[in-house]
This record gives sequence, structure tokens and C-alpha cells, in this order.
Amino acid sequence: MGFRGFIVLVVLMGMRGSPTGAVSLKDESAHPNFVTREQKDLTVEEGRGDVMATGELNPSHFPARRAAKVVQHYLNTRYGSPYRLFGLEDVHSATAEDVADTGRRYHLQISAHEIISNRTQKCSADVFFPRGEPTQSPEVKASCEELLQNTTAQEEALYQRYKEGHSLLSAQYIPDSQGHIEPDMMPFWHLSIVASSFIMLHESTENTLYNMAQVAQITQLETEREELKFDSHMLLHDMVSQEILHWKLLFTWSPAEGVKVQQMQQIPKPNH
Amino acid sequence: MLKRKDISYVTMIDDLQAVLDEEQKEIELFARSLKPKNTDSFNYSRYHKLSEIYSFQDMLVAENPNLVSKIVIGQSYEARPLSVLKFSTGGTNRRAIWIDTGIHAREWITQASGIWFAKKIVTDYGRDPILTDILNGMDILLEIVTNPDGYEYTHSTNRLWRKSRKPNPRSNCIGVDLNRNWDSGFGGPGASSNPCSETYHGPRAHSESEVKSIVDFVKTHGNIKAFISIHAYSQLLLYPYGHTRNPAKDQTELDSLAQKAVKDLASLYGTRYRYGSIISTIYQASGGSIDWAYDQGIKYSYTFELRDTGRHGFLLPSSQIIPTSEETWLALEAIMDRTLKDPF
Repeated sequence: MGFRGFIVLVVLMGMRGSPTGAVSLKDESAHPNFVTREQKDLTVEEGRGDVMATGELNPSHFPARRAAKVVQHYLNTRYGSPYRLFGLEDVHSATAEDVADTGRRYHLQISAHEIISNRTQKCSADVFFPRGEPTQSPEVKASCEELLQNTTAQEEALYQRYKEGHSLLSAQYIPDSQGHIEPDMMPFWHLSIVASSFIMLHESTENTLYNMAQVAQITQLETEREELKFDSHMLLHDMVSQEILHWKLLFTWSPAEGVKVQQMQQIPKPNH
Repeated sequence: MLKRKDISYVTMIDDLQAVLDEEQKEIELFARSLKPKNTDSFNYSRYHKLSEIYSFQDMLVAENPNLVSKIVIGQSYEARPLSVLKFSTGGTNRRAIWIDTGIHAREWITQASGIWFAKKIVTDYGRDPILTDILNGMDILLEIVTNPDGYEYTHSTNRLWRKSRKPNPRSNCIGVDLNRNWDSGFGGPGASSNPCSETYHGPRAHSESEVKSIVDFVKTHGNIKAFISIHAYSQLLLYPYGHTRNPAKDQTELDSLAQKAVKDLASLYGTRYRYGSIISTIYQASGGSIDWAYDQGIKYSYTFELRDTGRHGFLLPSSQIIPTSEETWLALEAIMDRTLKDPF
């Protein structure tokens, strides 16, 4: 059987922040890993039987948790760097409401955890999941208490080292099978998570929950521009479908410009 | 021949084969010296290959013949043994607690914790009052590598493999999700009918030998009172049901026991777990093991999702194996202790 995968080619020039300008063309049913409709319709079933699906939500249950995870991805696209990375610490409260026929809006009170400085901050956020086909990306607004630790010196040092360096970075399988990351690869692991957050944010719906699984490959490319440039193969995990999604990601980074995605493309997973 | 061609030469090594043979001997000697000779020198802070886990099991039995025995309950698709460690201080077919780890191959923290629990049981019997009481009244049955074919595959080829390794007819895609193959809402929403999916439920309930062997074992045993399936990741303690929103009839009790268990877990390192029914806390899932066990009358049926919450996910650093096992053990003790005291 041939390689009947689908390929999404999304070219985003100098994109930063919420990628609402992205266009994606998907013929999902052609994909060997097409997840059946039953799983996608989960929310509808939940809504019918579950008095909590709109109005006040149980912050411990999955609808609020999935929306909160989207906020994590958003924070990483906005503020993430090799030395700044956010995790979701907790969901304190959540409400949801239908917005006419256009979609559903969640309002959340969460705690975000900046992993590297180990600081937790409260945030309030709105996540809007648009309805309809083709599926569109969620829209996020978040405001947090002062979250941002100064990381400029470390970022500059890393940037200079790899800008001037005689050899270009090339690495595979971060973390390795034992969960280990070499200390000098740590900033690139963080950077990869930040870059992947653009994908995860873009792909999120009420029926997904994305986390980074592994960096399969990251290679620094020669570039005449100021920013460092990387080609990468990222493995993302969707908790709801349990699938591992393979994405090629071309991105740049500099302390001044942050992470910018140039190309992101889903590739079929190997069948074995 | 070089002489005939008038090419001058100097012999550096007279017999290269002999040198290579000697070198090979040295390598084998060294490799053997790295193998742990007993379960005290076993490295609990590392993820181990399948063969190492099998050796560990055999060593544990050999070192504790009066407490531990190994029961082979079946074979995997690729004919690997499915082994259960039975911890028993006597009696005949006592009330028992079932624990399985590693039903999903890539969740390495679970098999690693299973190894640690096995060692913990033999170490603490006679020392820790709670565990001693439990084992004086009940047996513990522990299947550490519930999906050996998948586990081997995560070492040889794909670290993120989840399912079994049985080929599916009329498909290029291999494997069945062993936690969608049980006869509890089988084939309903919350599992996939597509063999290429990570949640493919298989052709029919209990079609997979890895599942059928447990089903047969549990039914034949007839006296299992707690059934605990261990997974990763998300830091959750879950009770039935996954396939339906109907609450389990013991939901109130299961919920309050879960609350106590996660409190005990958190007491060690502050690790926070959420708890609730599968369907409301994580997602709808049909054909799952604890739904089946609960409907068999095994009241204390729980699923754990161990560390972490997504930062490392399946690739949890091996340095976290022992802390994860230690804290999880406290939650397990809470459940086992309640099972002991509730003579249902």
C-alpha cells in the first residue's frame, strides 16, 4: 500500500503570537490514522448529559482542563524562550457559554507555573473555540500577574554561542528513552516546546489535549539573517486520541524577535 | 603470496582470530559483571529491558521462596510469557488484590514502579505494620509487564508504541489497545474501530491473549477484591466507569477512598493528583479493564495515571522512578488497607 498520508503545508511568515492568519487544508479521512467521528462528537454527548457543560464547570473535570491547556500553549507562544517555559499548575474555576452558533467561550482562573524560575502566577483567561468546518484554531486572551523573569543575559549568551559557533546544532531524540536530556541541550528542549506550542495552539479543540512528547530531530540551518534558524521534527501527544502526531517545523529564534514559525507541516506517522 | 610477488612485509599479529576470540571473552565477562546478582544490587533508578525484568522476577522468587511465587497465566501474541508474581503468606485462595502495570507499552514509569512495588513488598513484610496486616490476611497479585511484546518494541524500535503487536488482517497497521479490549461497553464510544488508531479495540472483546489471560485468571481465582491498573501520565486516580456516565453504585465510597489515597500520596513529595470517574475526569473510554473488573463484583477497582502532567509525559526522567513509586505506594496501601478491612 502506498503512503496515503495527508500533508498540511502552512506557510507562516514571521508569525508570532496567536496564529489566526494560518490556513490549513486537511482531508482527514484520507489519513491512515483518521480518528473516528465517535471520538470527535464527544463534546456533543457530554453537553447533552452533563449539566456542567455550560455555566459553572468542575475545574477538576476534562472540559475545563482542556481549555486551560490551550492557555498554557498560548503563554508559551507569547512569552516562551530557551529560558522561559510555562506549565499549567492548576485550574481554580471555569465557566463556559455558547456564543450564538459561532462557538463556545470558556472563562478560566488558572495558575501558570514558569518552570525554569519555578514561579507560579495566577492568570485569568478566555478561550474561544470556534464551531464549524473546517476546524479553526481557538482564540485566547490571557492576563497574568507579573510572570516574566528577566532572562536576557542567558538568552544573549546562548544566541551568541550558536550564531558565531563553528558547528551548527544537530541533535536527535530529546529527551532520550530514559527521559534524560544533556545539560547543554536543555535550552533547545525548551525552545522546541515553545516552537511546538504554536502547532499545539493552532490544532487545539475541545476534543484534544496536547503535550510535547519528544523532539525527534532538530538541526540548525545556515542563515544570513540575524535569527538562528532551525529545522525540526517534533512528536506531539494528544491525550484524547492517544495519537502521536508528527510535525515538521521550520522556525527561527533570537532574543530580540523571540520564536517565529516559518513553516509547519504534519507528516504521516510510520505505520509500524 | 606476498613473497612470490616480491613485496616485503612484516607480520604485526600472528593470529588475528585468537586476538579477537580473547577480546570477545573479555567483553562477555565484563557484561556479566554488570548484571545484578540479586534484587539488592538491582538498579531501581533506571528503566530496564524486558529480559532484565524477567530476571528480576526470577531472582525475587528465588530470594523469597516462602513469600513470592511466579504464575504464568498465558502467552503474548509473540509467545512471551505473561507472568504474575503472587505474594502470599499462606491460606488457600485467600481474598486477593490484583495490580497490573505496563498494559500500555510506552508508559515506562509503570513497569518500573511495578518492579519497585515487588521489592517493597518483600522488604516491608514483617517490618511495616500496614503491609504486614494486609499480607497476613490477603494475597497480592502483581503483573509487571502486562504487554511484553509492546514493551520489547519500545526498546527495539519505537519508544512511543502503545498497543500490542498483533497484526490486523486487511490492514498495514499493527496492534490492539489492550485497555479497550475488555468486555465493558466494548466497541462503544471511547474506542476506535480503525486498526490504525491508538485506541483500536480489536475484533471482539477479549480477543487479545494479553487480556484473555487476565480475564480467565481473575474468573478462575474468584476471590479478587481489588483490581488496580496502573498507567501514565496525568496524575489521576480514577474509578469506574469510563464507558458510561451512569455512576457506579459504590461511587460515593470509591470517591472518598480516592480522596484519602491521593492525600496520602501527596503527603510525601507534595505531588498533586486529581480524582474522579474516568468518564468525567479524563475522557470517555470503552472496553477498559477496571470497568470490567467492577462489573465482575470487584468493588475496589481503580486506575492510576502516574507522573507527570505533560512536561516530560511518557519520557519521565529515570531519576523520578523511585519518588514516583514511593508516593504511589502510599495510595496503594490506602486502597489495600480498605480492601482488607471491608469483608465484602
